[in-house]
Amino acid sequence: MAVFRFTVNGEPREVDTFPDRPLLEVLREDLNLTGTKFGCGEGQCRACTVLMDGAPALSCITPVRAAAGRRITTIEGLARGGELHPVQRAFAEEGAMQCGYCTPGMVLRTVALLERTPSPTRAQILEALQGSLCRCCGYPRIVAAVEFAARLRRSGSAASGEVLHAAD
Amino acid sequence: MPPIEAFEPDRFELFEPPFYRFEITRRQAIGTLAAGWLVTAWVADAQDQPSGERVEARIHLGDDGIFTVFSGKVEEGQGPRTELAMAAAEELGVPLERVRVVLCDTSRTPDDGITAGSRTTPGTVPAVRRAAAAARGWLSREKRLIENPRLREPGEWTILGKGRWRTDAREIVTGAHRFPSDIALEGMLYGCVLRPPAYGARLESVDVEAGKKAGAAAAVRDGDFAGCAARTSYEARRALEAMAATARWSGGQKHSHTNLFEHLRATAKEKVPPLGGRTHSAEYRTAYIQHAPMEPRAAVAEWKDGRLTVWTGTSNPFSVRAELARAFGLRAEEVRVIVPDFGGGFGGKHTGEAALEAARLAKEAGRPVKVRWTREEEFRWAYFRPAALIDAEAVLEGGRIRAWQFTNYNSGAAGLQTPYAIPDRREKYVPADPPLRQGSYRTLAATANHFAREAFMDELAAAAGADPLDFRLAHLENDRIRAVLLAACEKFGWRERRRQKRAAHRGIGLACGTEKNSVVAACVEVEVDPKAKAVRLVEIVEAFECGAILNPWNTRSQVEGCILMGLGAALREEILFDNGRVLNARFSQYRVPRFRDLPDRLEVILLDRKDLPSAGAGETPIVAVAPAMANAIFDATGARPRSLPLRW
Repeated sequence: MAVFRFTVNGEPREVDTFPDRPLLEVLREDLNLTGTKFGCGEGQCRACTVLMDGAPALSCITPVRAAAGRRITTIEGLARGGELHPVQRAFAEEGAMQCGYCTPGMVLRTVALLERTPSPTRAQILEALQGSLCRCCGYPRIVAAVEFAARLRRSGSAASGEVLHAAD
Repeated sequence: MPPIEAFEPDRFELFEPPFYRFEITRRQAIGTLAAGWLVTAWVADAQDQPSGERVEARIHLGDDGIFTVFSGKVEEGQGPRTELAMAAAEELGVPLERVRVVLCDTSRTPDDGITAGSRTTPGTVPAVRRAAAAARGWLSREKRLIENPRLREPGEWTILGKGRWRTDAREIVTGAHRFPSDIALEGMLYGCVLRPPAYGARLESVDVEAGKKAGAAAAVRDGDFAGCAARTSYEARRALEAMAATARWSGGQKHSHTNLFEHLRATAKEKVPPLGGRTHSAEYRTAYIQHAPMEPRAAVAEWKDGRLTVWTGTSNPFSVRAELARAFGLRAEEVRVIVPDFGGGFGGKHTGEAALEAARLAKEAGRPVKVRWTREEEFRWAYFRPAALIDAEAVLEGGRIRAWQFTNYNSGAAGLQTPYAIPDRREKYVPADPPLRQGSYRTLAATANHFAREAFMDELAAAAGADPLDFRLAHLENDRIRAVLLAACEKFGWRERRRQKRAAHRGIGLACGTEKNSVVAACVEVEVDPKAKAVRLVEIVEAFECGAILNPWNTRSQVEGCILMGLGAALREEILFDNGRVLNARFSQYRVPRFRDLPDRLEVILLDRKDLPSAGAGETPIVAVAPAMANAIFDATGARPRSLPLRW
């Protein structure tokens, strides 16, 4: 057991736990942030995606010790004061979900993609999301949502990138 | 036009054998049912309801003006939550925002049966509409229920028939929705279950104290069941490893996928003699596959005063309640099963394994316990879509099929009967001894039966020297199938493209069919890699018709999802097993469809038949893609793939 400190959605957090416990389980079981999902435990489905210092990370294979001192953003930290992040809005308005279990991971992957590539081509979207599984196979609607999110973001209807830097 | 056969429950819909038999003595129940929120009863035409339906708890009007609809159906991504809200709002004549839907909680909602077989749309929607139409009278000045209310015709619809996305999309995109695996109770422990080394192995002995020494707050062995629970999943896994190291097992099956089909033939309950005469024949095989929903099985169980409450993801909640009552010697009303909207099922969650396991561990621990299966457990111990061995045989005469014999070994009767007009038809489902635990799947056996039938129809068309489209049309009297087939072919440009020379390694194919009172047809183009014998779906145009469409946006989503899920079974999905043990129990070894499997063009045509009753849309669209691709591979290569996944 050891103490680890990091920020989650802008708040400093401290956990006293086993160093090799997956970050996913610390978020879900200790911090009650269940928006981040377990899908496979081997980094093959990306349902467990969180952002660490703005970059996507697979929390199911990230030991908590590797999160020490980092800025973590989970799906619960995207909306600001009740207003959805443009990517969340796009997923909701494009109906980019069936069961919705993969949605948090898809949304966070998309947030990271659009930070890096504000106007992705279809090929770039497929490339960026290739490892993210949706067993309902709602892929066409997810691609549409990513394209819509890019448009929303460009149109500046919501300040882009604020979430990624909010914890700074 | 001959009527399309009504839905009949397949045997796999009904029951799976219980996973465990607990040896627990019956305990006296204490007190009466504490739960239960009795709501206002508003149904005038109760006599018209199917027997056993507790329609009295269907709709409630709150003081806040919000209508609450109660249904025992469950949401697993197929869309009943929004559909039932739309149905109620339509008949109440109120905006959708004034309707809330409470889905399965066995203490609060009517028993609407299993959520399967595309039955919510034709069965539950009309029941909700009747109740809502009756309740509409309460809103009028007379404040009385309407007896035998008239339902609004599709031409009058203002909410039904219009596109809506999930009414709870906001909860999904913010991570606020609590799936079954997200439920957390005060003082809850996390549980793990000991699994056998092979199917059918018996637990001879295990040292549960080893688990406690390794950090488990509770550990138990009960017959073939053993497991433990701890403060965190991490500690529970470590304790389970310590227990597993002490476990001794005996027996277990020896089956392997390498002799699967020989085994099915050898153990068939009946030998069907060949037709005889000058026949065309072919044998088709479909592999065992796994549903692999993104959310593995999960349950939280809590005991209070001898009563059991379980939150779990299952499509068959009232049956799971009965399973739990049986296992723990309780009366049904002492068990409450709550089903939060869960992360996918596809016919794979008709049972209550995790619920039983969580309840057993919680009983031992004296605290609530959550059990969430690992991905490996989900691949190994959830039931499978059955493998199929299918013999198809036909006699051609003057370019027409005179006789047809079609035998499905092991996988089931759904979609067994050909929709083609053939004078002499012999269709049969013959059970065999399944080497793996098998059960329902999206359209059940209709995936296998459509694959074999539509691939064989193509073989017969070629033998008759006919175009695959013309050959089918010559045998099709079903106007609804003809309509979707022609719609898909027209949009795809079937006739022109058949005349044109295909690009190298490209081929086109089509398939059609009907199941659960809806009809589907698909045209595809594929590209084959002749060296690797691999295939890519380049283009698909699929036409689908399910009567009057209730929610066109969701219908389109379901069709798209079905096409791509069907693509997975066509391309790669296959459970490999040896010595009774699954070998590829991971997403890295069992490839499900991913973004890059998306075809260059995926076009869905929805034919909206407002003159026909609405049928479900979440299953049938899956059946066409695999056979259409098999036929396109033949067009490209001259070889006939006769197995799923597609091999030639």
